Amino acid sequence: MKIAIASGKGGTGKTTVAVSLALSCEGSVAYADCDVEEPNGHIFLNPSIKGSSRFSLPIPVIQEENCNFCGKCKEICRFNAITIFGRTIMTFPEMCHSCGGCFLVCDQGAILEDKRTIGFVEWGNTDQIDFFQGRLRVGEAMASPLIKQVKKKAMEKEYDWLMLDAPPGTSCPVIKTVRDTDFVILVTEPTPFGLHDLKLAARTIFKLGLPVGVIVNKWGIGDEAVKDWCAKQGLPILMTIPFSRKVAEAYATGQALVQVQPELKKNFQRLLEELTK
Amino acid sequence: MKELLILSGKGGTGKTTITSSFAWLAKNKVLADCDVDAADLHIILSPQESQRHDFISGVKAVVNPSKCTACGTCFELCRYDAIDISDTALVDDFSCEGCGVCAHFCPENAIDLVPNHCGYWFVSDTRFGTLVHAELKPGEENSGKLVSLVKQKARERAEDEGANLLLVDGPPGIGCPVISSFSGADLVIAITEPSKSGLHDLKRVIELSNHFKVPTCVIINKWDLNKSISEEIHEFCTRSKIRLLGTIPFDKRVINALVAEKTVFEEFKDCKAAQSIANIWHQIEKTLEEVKSEPEQRPR
Repeated sequence: MKIAIASGKGGTGKTTVAVSLALSCEGSVAYADCDVEEPNGHIFLNPSIKGSSRFSLPIPVIQEENCNFCGKCKEICRFNAITIFGRTIMTFPEMCHSCGGCFLVCDQGAILEDKRTIGFVEWGNTDQIDFFQGRLRVGEAMASPLIKQVKKKAMEKEYDWLMLDAPPGTSCPVIKTVRDTDFVILVTEPTPFGLHDLKLAARTIFKLGLPVGVIVNKWGIGDEAVKDWCAKQGLPILMTIPFSRKVAEAYATGQALVQVQPELKKNFQRLLEELTK
Repeated sequence: MKELLILSGKGGTGKTTITSSFAWLAKNKVLADCDVDAADLHIILSPQESQRHDFISGVKAVVNPSKCTACGTCFELCRYDAIDISDTALVDDFSCEGCGVCAHFCPENAIDLVPNHCGYWFVSDTRFGTLVHAELKPGEENSGKLVSLVKQKARERAEDEGANLLLVDGPPGIGCPVISSFSGADLVIAITEPSKSGLHDLKRVIELSNHFKVPTCVIINKWDLNKSISEEIHEFCTRSKIRLLGTIPFDKRVINALVAEKTVFEEFKDCKAAQSIANIWHQIEKTLEEVKSEPEQRPR
């Protein structure tokens, strides 16, 4: 079963939940950190990294001696990654979406494919968990293709459980993470920010038509509005995790929730059991 | 006019809470919320919308079923796996990046490219001044472009109003929207928290701001949740020659104010967290003066 752990708002506890689920389930399990901009799961799981592969996207390189400056490549590129003025042609690799259009339209053999490294996919394991993560190179904008690659790597093997830790937000990188999963858990906190961003995230997941449930973390710090809204929407609250300073302090040092509060393990197990029904 | 950008790398460290406090403290400014993906600043600022505009960016492929012969050319060429072939070609809107390659090479001319309505942007009045903000539709990918647009409009607005500060609440992460939010920034404030994740993510934000050569200072929020990691962050800042502007203690009243949808200054003006934020703001004002004298440092 593939479970995506997402949230509109950052810092609500996605990684806390994803790691705790991975540590609680029985059978073969993998954890994949799809927050490639700021991957944090490794801090809590402490995996030994066994391998790493460079992930690159194809970008155009102009062979000026073959170019007749016809402008077809510039015309097909909708991302302003190629520009021509007079008999000068320039590419802007950081704008390129690697659609391949320019290679296809050039009939002079003037465009060759080069590679642009946007990040790395890394894998390893702990005693019980196979671990995957993506790491976007600092300064690179294209998180989504790297996320796709992390998922691909994590899905090479069949696991009983695959936990996909999503980036915050509701845009493209989140969609890339949650797509083709069996269930989405939205983690929120009981504050106006938490509720507002939960609404956005829920709207996104509804649009994709995926089954979804909510975990309210840091229960007790704010108000009841999140619960009321979920009830009204018929969104099941799968679990509430009470706020405690002890947990916050343990989180700070990289300890997983179920290690600090082992009694919560059976709650996570029960939750997973419910999901399989 | 100066542009102050608030970032954090990690989400939930207190960007918006602290930005709204700065909004209360700062004089003669315009505000911009560049977290277009999950904007929250408006919750505290309760804006009165004065302008609403469509944000249209790029295109999406739409198949005309009466012309499509399901030949599969588009399926072969699409690098985003956005097309499936059944009786006709089917485009998955969530995967389509609007590159137009399918439309260009379709032998039947059966694919149209239609403008993509990705969201809205707003100009609003708030009790702290003008706010420019936006809302991206769920699942859209052009958040970097929307961030650029919000900043551009906010800058125009600030110039019109004769403001001397543009205060920008940035998005989390280090990817596309964050990169867009850097353009024109005079000073970046990176807000972190004393956790291993907070420090890990801070390092990546600092690396990015070095990459763009924008002066950057750090604030540790909730610093007393783990004093030894706070110390570690302090050491990291010293080593990297980055100024630690100050620390803010964990204070339940900050959350209580948030629940009341107010800044901490409006609810608990005298609490320790508010005092720390006020002190930090004083430092920021001084630092902004300093960056003024070296305008050549600003990347455009």
